[in-house]
Amino acid sequence: MKHYEVEILDAKTKEKLCFLDKVEPNATIGEIKGMFHKSHPQWYPARQSIRLDPKGKSLKDEDILQNLPVGTTATLYFRDLGAQISWVTVFLTEYTGPLLIYLLFYFRVPFIYPPKYDFTTSKHWVVHLACMCHSFHYVKRLMETLFVHRFSHGTMPLRNIFKNCTYYWGFAAWMAYYINHPFYTPPMYGEQQVKIALIIFLFCQIGNFSIHIALRNLRPPGSKTRKIPYPTKNPFTWLFLLVSCPNYTYELGSWVGFTVMTQCLPVAFFTLVGFIQMTVWAKGKHRSYLKEFRDYPPLRSPIMPFLL
Amino acid sequence: MASSEEDGAVEEKENNKKKGKRVLATAWLTFYNIAMTAGWLVLAVAMIRFYIQKGTHKGLYKSISKTLKFFQTFALLEVFHCAVGMVRTSVIVTGVQVSSRIYMVWFITHSIKQIQNEESVVLFLVVWTVTEITRYSFYTFNLLNHLPYFIKWARYNFFIVLYPVGVVGELMTIYAALPYVQKSGMFSMRLPNKYNVSFDYYIFLIIVMISYIPYIHLQR
Repeated sequence: MKHYEVEILDAKTKEKLCFLDKVEPNATIGEIKGMFHKSHPQWYPARQSIRLDPKGKSLKDEDILQNLPVGTTATLYFRDLGAQISWVTVFLTEYTGPLLIYLLFYFRVPFIYPPKYDFTTSKHWVVHLACMCHSFHYVKRLMETLFVHRFSHGTMPLRNIFKNCTYYWGFAAWMAYYINHPFYTPPMYGEQQVKIALIIFLFCQIGNFSIHIALRNLRPPGSKTRKIPYPTKNPFTWLFLLVSCPNYTYELGSWVGFTVMTQCLPVAFFTLVGFIQMTVWAKGKHRSYLKEFRDYPPLRSPIMPFLL
Repeated sequence: MASSEEDGAVEEKENNKKKGKRVLATAWLTFYNIAMTAGWLVLAVAMIRFYIQKGTHKGLYKSISKTLKFFQTFALLEVFHCAVGMVRTSVIVTGVQVSSRIYMVWFITHSIKQIQNEESVVLFLVVWTVTEITRYSFYTFNLLNHLPYFIKWARYNFFIVLYPVGVVGELMTIYAALPYVQKSGMFSMRLPNKYNVSFDYYIFLIIVMISYIPYIHLQR
């Protein structure tokens, strides 16, 4: 069996970082990352990006050396992706924040509102309902992160956690401040508005959960396989007939429901920003489905049926 | 054979279309930049004349305010030029620059009458006028492919002095506006209201002043 020689250069400086002789032809990029890690302990595999071209795309961990367009002496380029952190950690910190921050405002802990309101409760029942919905939403997300989601990527750059937490925590504080404010004004159309909003919210929460379960069942434990998601027996998943990312559609619906329920402008703003962000993600996902599967259902739109 | 010829014809048509568009864009940009240079020159002359005739800066803003608002607001078109790709600059960078100017003109100087006679207003007006005359004439001459060395030099060197002076002028103006904003409660929204949101223009202005900090070392 013929062995390969692999040299790893810095993608920016072209400096030679590592030379591996006698690499098995069927070695994967993942294994090469492991070997590289041994000579450079500061760069653990998850922060390595290995490419064939200094400015090209990163190779996948599953790629096999002998299947790559390289000679018996392969030149690979390395880029440091920066400190990495696991998705689960990021999600847990992202979602625990809003849950707790909202409750601080709900219980009116001191130094937020004038002192005479410390630890008082709102006289509007919608405020209590909103707190239940908000808490439910984030507890659901936390539970899903722990028990439902299967992540295809193990890590993300560390700085993302600061960015994401500022976004989620900041918005949660801004919304909670107004919803739980002693001068809160309940919705214009009273009970009817709140009831309709609650129905929308709960419907979309169940829908979102159903999609997450369907996506989980699509991917066997421990694998990275990708398949086209299709509607299942659960009617909430039938939205897959029309959109690629119904989980985002339902998430958007939940926040529309919460906006109608609280009639609070910051909530509407959060819904809008979330909508824009989720549309960007959904479009990316939709595009990658189209690229990967030739038989992808043509009727589907990324996030909004027939529209977007 | 026939098909390749056809392709060639189609390609040529496309190319002609593109060329036509580019010529049109250049013509428009030249016109726009000449107009803007002229506009700011008019402002410069008006300011000098006012000062020579009256010997004071009091009333200067009021005498030029209409022209200033007109030409400064038309700078919004620059954002549009970037957005449609007529000019190869980032929409965000141009957007931030233009909107901060528009903000200064409409939501500070125009809206808060009590500060219009402050010296700091004259300070940033002079800076803006000099900057804009150099900038727009730079663009114009560049588009016409005859860029005098002096204009080029001015464009890349004036800002070393002008930028900090302009920032000082703008900051001092906002600072002078603070007490009036607090007293009048303008552009502010208090609870309770049916949108369940409040807004305090006074605090917003303080945040605006703080947001100047990151740009202080970013002199370009």
